[in-house]
Amino acid sequence: MAAPETSTAAVPTLYTNNTLRNAFGGVLSFFILLLIGVMAFSIRLFSVIKYESVIHEFDPYFNYRVTQFLAKNGIYEFWNWFDDRTWYPLGRVIGGTVYPGLTLTAGTIWWLLNSLNIPLSVETVCVFTAPIFSAFASWATYLLTKEVKGTGAGLTAAALLAMVPSYISRSVAGSYDNEAVAIFALIFTFYLYIKTLNTGSLFYATLNSIAYFYMVCSWGGYTFIINLIPMHVLLCIVTGRFSSRLYIAYAPLVVLGTLLAALVPVVGFNAVMTSEHFASFLVFIIIHVVAFVYYIKGILSPKMFKVAVTLVVSVGLAVCCAVIAVLIALVASSPTKGWSGRSLSLLDPTYASKYIPIIASVSEHQPPTWPSYFMDINVLAFLVPAGIIACFLPLSDASSFVVLYIATSVYFSGVMVRLMLVLAPAACITSGIALSQAFDVFTGSIKFQLTGASSNTEVDAAETSSSTAESQTDAVKTEKPEETAKNRPSRKSKKKEREHGEKPSTEAKAEKKRLLALPLESSVHCVWAAAEAYSAPSIVLTSRSHDGLHVFDDFREAYAWLRHNTDVDDKVASWWDYGYQTTAMANRTVIVDNNTWNNTHIATVGTAMSSPERAAWEIFHSLDVKYVLVVFGGLVGYPSDDINKFLWMVRIGGGVFPHIKEPDYLVSSLC
Amino acid sequence: MGISRFVLLVFTISMLASPALSDLVLSKVDRRIYLTSHIVRISSTLEVENAGPETVSKVLLAFPDLQAQNLAYLMASPHEAKAKVKVSVVSFPIDVVKPEDMPPGVTFYSVSLPQGLTVGASFTFDVLAVFTQALRPMPEQIGQADIQLVLYQDSAYYLSPYVVKVQSLSLKVPDSRIESYTTLQSTKVQGSEIKYGPYENLPAFSSSPITVHFENNLPFAIAQELVREIEISHWGNVLVTEHYKLIHGGAQSKGEFSRLEPQARENVQGPSAVRYLVAHLPPRAHSVYYRDAIGNISTSHLRGDSKKTELLIEPRYPMFGGWRTAFTIGYGLPLQDCLYESEGRRFLNITFSSPMIELVIDTLIVKVVLPEGSSDISVAAPFFMKQWQETKISHLDIVGRAVVVLEKTNLVPEHNQYFQVYYKFNRLSMLREPLMLISGIFFFFVACIVYMHADTSISKFSASYLAKQQWEEVRVAIQQVHNIICRCLATHDKLEASLRDLSRTGEVQACKAARKSTDGLLKELSKELKPLMTFLQSSPSAVQVLSKVEELVAKEKELLEKLMAKHSTAVEAYEKKSGARDIENRIALQQQKITALRQEVDDLLEFIDEI
Repeated sequence: MAAPETSTAAVPTLYTNNTLRNAFGGVLSFFILLLIGVMAFSIRLFSVIKYESVIHEFDPYFNYRVTQFLAKNGIYEFWNWFDDRTWYPLGRVIGGTVYPGLTLTAGTIWWLLNSLNIPLSVETVCVFTAPIFSAFASWATYLLTKEVKGTGAGLTAAALLAMVPSYISRSVAGSYDNEAVAIFALIFTFYLYIKTLNTGSLFYATLNSIAYFYMVCSWGGYTFIINLIPMHVLLCIVTGRFSSRLYIAYAPLVVLGTLLAALVPVVGFNAVMTSEHFASFLVFIIIHVVAFVYYIKGILSPKMFKVAVTLVVSVGLAVCCAVIAVLIALVASSPTKGWSGRSLSLLDPTYASKYIPIIASVSEHQPPTWPSYFMDINVLAFLVPAGIIACFLPLSDASSFVVLYIATSVYFSGVMVRLMLVLAPAACITSGIALSQAFDVFTGSIKFQLTGASSNTEVDAAETSSSTAESQTDAVKTEKPEETAKNRPSRKSKKKEREHGEKPSTEAKAEKKRLLALPLESSVHCVWAAAEAYSAPSIVLTSRSHDGLHVFDDFREAYAWLRHNTDVDDKVASWWDYGYQTTAMANRTVIVDNNTWNNTHIATVGTAMSSPERAAWEIFHSLDVKYVLVVFGGLVGYPSDDINKFLWMVRIGGGVFPHIKEPDYLVSSLC
Repeated sequence: MGISRFVLLVFTISMLASPALSDLVLSKVDRRIYLTSHIVRISSTLEVENAGPETVSKVLLAFPDLQAQNLAYLMASPHEAKAKVKVSVVSFPIDVVKPEDMPPGVTFYSVSLPQGLTVGASFTFDVLAVFTQALRPMPEQIGQADIQLVLYQDSAYYLSPYVVKVQSLSLKVPDSRIESYTTLQSTKVQGSEIKYGPYENLPAFSSSPITVHFENNLPFAIAQELVREIEISHWGNVLVTEHYKLIHGGAQSKGEFSRLEPQARENVQGPSAVRYLVAHLPPRAHSVYYRDAIGNISTSHLRGDSKKTELLIEPRYPMFGGWRTAFTIGYGLPLQDCLYESEGRRFLNITFSSPMIELVIDTLIVKVVLPEGSSDISVAAPFFMKQWQETKISHLDIVGRAVVVLEKTNLVPEHNQYFQVYYKFNRLSMLREPLMLISGIFFFFVACIVYMHADTSISKFSASYLAKQQWEEVRVAIQQVHNIICRCLATHDKLEASLRDLSRTGEVQACKAARKSTDGLLKELSKELKPLMTFLQSSPSAVQVLSKVEELVAKEKELLEKLMAKHSTAVEAYEKKSGARDIENRIALQQQKITALRQEVDDLLEFIDEI
């Protein structure tokens, strides 16, 4: 009896303080978000502190070079840039073959800073673009998760995303790659889609298309969006969740988004011609049919409606069959069935290794191993199932989207290591939901128990207390299932609650501590991953031995030598891995580079590399090559040198020039 | 040998046409030529005697044109005995002159003596001449492991427009082998020193060519271009940035090159390669960095003590003959070490040239970036150089900073002297940039506040605007309902409290009184609730929440009824003096319902509160 009384007595004061509490909560969550942003930025600075402010790896060097060009020559020159320093003698039209999002972003930042008389170098801007955008990405995650499951889940998900190793691996300072801004664009597009779905506002629908446009500008992974959203729309329609909001969320996106996507030169008419986009158009038709049916249903009586349905279905089926037949014929007429090689290898994981060795030769296109899941998303891997369950309680349009997102991204990450990056935000969102829901449950039970315990000390009516405790736990019980108490841990605690009146509080506290320990432990792992595993720029190698730190700077030594001691127009041949770096760091013309758009050209270099000296000289001479760059790691024990890549040269060369046969280069073990 | 023949020719010409110039006689000439690095230093001690009728105040120094082209530095100073402590060396002014009746192919410099040389008097002074590119590699191309041999040509006799009475010459070569040297009368070799002379009573412009061919493996580091930028910040730092374009000016490298060999056998392979450079920075230099266009160069060492900071840098690769590289070093200096004030003006006192030792610089550009708002700028330098002014726009500048640009070609370490830049600067200008930032942020916040408080909707009659306003009204009404319900709940609590008192004290009357008062209160509250409910029911934008609000009100009513019933039963039971257990049993059932209802009401309240 006593317990509810005191708890209710506390209620009015609480309610009058509510506005204050809300304001305080708003300020608090603003500061939490700010700190999350700071953390997301600063955790990625290990590479700068441990090494230096330098561009990493291979592709970023190309992006850096393009950004330099943009900063120097302006946007119009950039669109028309024909680069004769690469793919000699073919050259490459950079403006038309590059995803310009990242370059334009960094170029704009640089221009903005310089017009404010803050003369930062292009390199500095490029190095710090990725950390800045990962802060943006964590804020976008907050917005998205907030739309799905409220502020608490949003903050948790944002904090998790700020330090998830998988994302860190692609966005440390210096890792100036498309993914750096694309993940932000991806999450933000999803957020705007969910926001439109929740509000039904055309304003957000337009913003959504623009965000989608930015994503198309940034990364080839935009096809993921344009397939996932139609899938979700289809799911909503099938499960009877069609509404005008859904229509507004989807139809403008397809129309505006496709038009905008076609503006990006690298996509162009692919936006309507390749199979990656067909799903969206199909769903676009379906949603109109469904909308039309709903409309007809509204104006006809049920009986008339039935008649109309039978009529339309019989005619419609025939038409559909005809249309589908035409479509299939069109698609089948193209050799790859309208799918690009990378997309096909997503649908059929064995495709690349069978047909396109150049895609298979890239390590980040291999399927991941189990440890890499633990390495890259760590504890989130265990929280994701709980989060998926939480999404079903109750299932809304938004939470069904999250479930679909995680399910598809898990599949894709299983095909290619690189797409682990798409999984990371989904895992963070679901884990954030799981954690925050679990906290809700535990803090809820602690709150009730605390008030109960305090009242027990006040009123010592021995017999009434037991009954009130009983009734109170009942109240807790009745409250729980309404919420989301079906998490495994909370169920356990609930059982305990039934047995003993006092237990739940301590139990919940213990569980809460255990739950807190999870993200804490994982944050230790994340910081370790950021500091040790993912911060190496890969152009500078360090090794620790008994007499201190050794720095191997041989790559840059070679590039610097080429830069200063060869003629400006000399041609340098190397395996394609080093193409971007040679053009960017040595400023010399290369034969092939990491763009790998011309397989024959690469095969020519591969053939030269795997031919005897005289034949190789002939080939290189025909390409005007004056210098050949080969990487030999034997002396210092650097594993990924050209000897290690040699079999791929043979395979790729042999793919075009049949006189190169792989068995000739292998030692027969039988002899 | 083309050049040497030419030199020979020049000498013969000059020997043939040798008019005795004036009345000065060089009674003693001592020349020491230092060939120990790639910079050739000729230090001569001259004793001048006035044998004529007039007082003479100028002495002419002669250099053949081919040498004069490479002459980087020339200084004359009073002679000092070796043991003496170096007093501040006063150098005499030197000018290029073209006296008449002189043989072609010779360049003259005139030294102004501190005071006129009277008849019969003599005066001794030192002349230091520093030459670049005076050593010619021979052979011109060498392999990676070969040693570098160089050729030096000069005259065994001192070239002078005056008669030289006694003279001697010594050449100092590095401590290694001498391939060959010209043998004249009285030539001696002592270790690494070759001595010619003494020769006596030679006429003016007499010369006798000599050639020394010797090993010189010291690095021939030449900076083709060096841009030094010295940026003054009155917040306490002078930032020096030096951009080098370096070339190895020795014998060209030929044939194959192996990177592994110099790494494995450092002393044997590539003896003439530029492996490292040493820079002597000022003692309190800090924040030193060393990088190039593609990032840090990790091979450098920094040692420091109270007198100097020594920076040893290695280029990315050992530089063989003819190889190039480019890099940047930078460091900061404390402001008080280089900036002083005099007569209302400030002046920067800093070294002119590169801190690298034994580095020849072809073109040096020094840019002194003064803080924004400096005026009345002037430069005081120990030697002639081109100078002009620029502006540079840097961090948060509006009009840009004044930049003094100085340019000079063909420099040797002797040029590394202090120079001064005078300017006027108002201390208040320092606050300009912080104030600008503060005001910028301030106006940003003001703009935010204005934006948040301004009504930016375009039409006051648009549907969405009206809907928004209506929704605001509805929200206010709901808030009021919320408050009222809360107060109702508070009165419920009073009832409960009275019941508790009853169970403790057993005073039925007090309990009844409490009930009456609460009844009154509740009636008032329900009266207040009515207009709000009618408003909500009429408002179109409240449709979504209306059901919840109505439910809340209904539940609250139900709760109230139950509570009243419980209250009545309790009071009745007390009036009948039933046992506590009996009362408990009666109430228990009602109590359960009440708690359930209460829970529902709380949930609803929370829901409504979230709107």
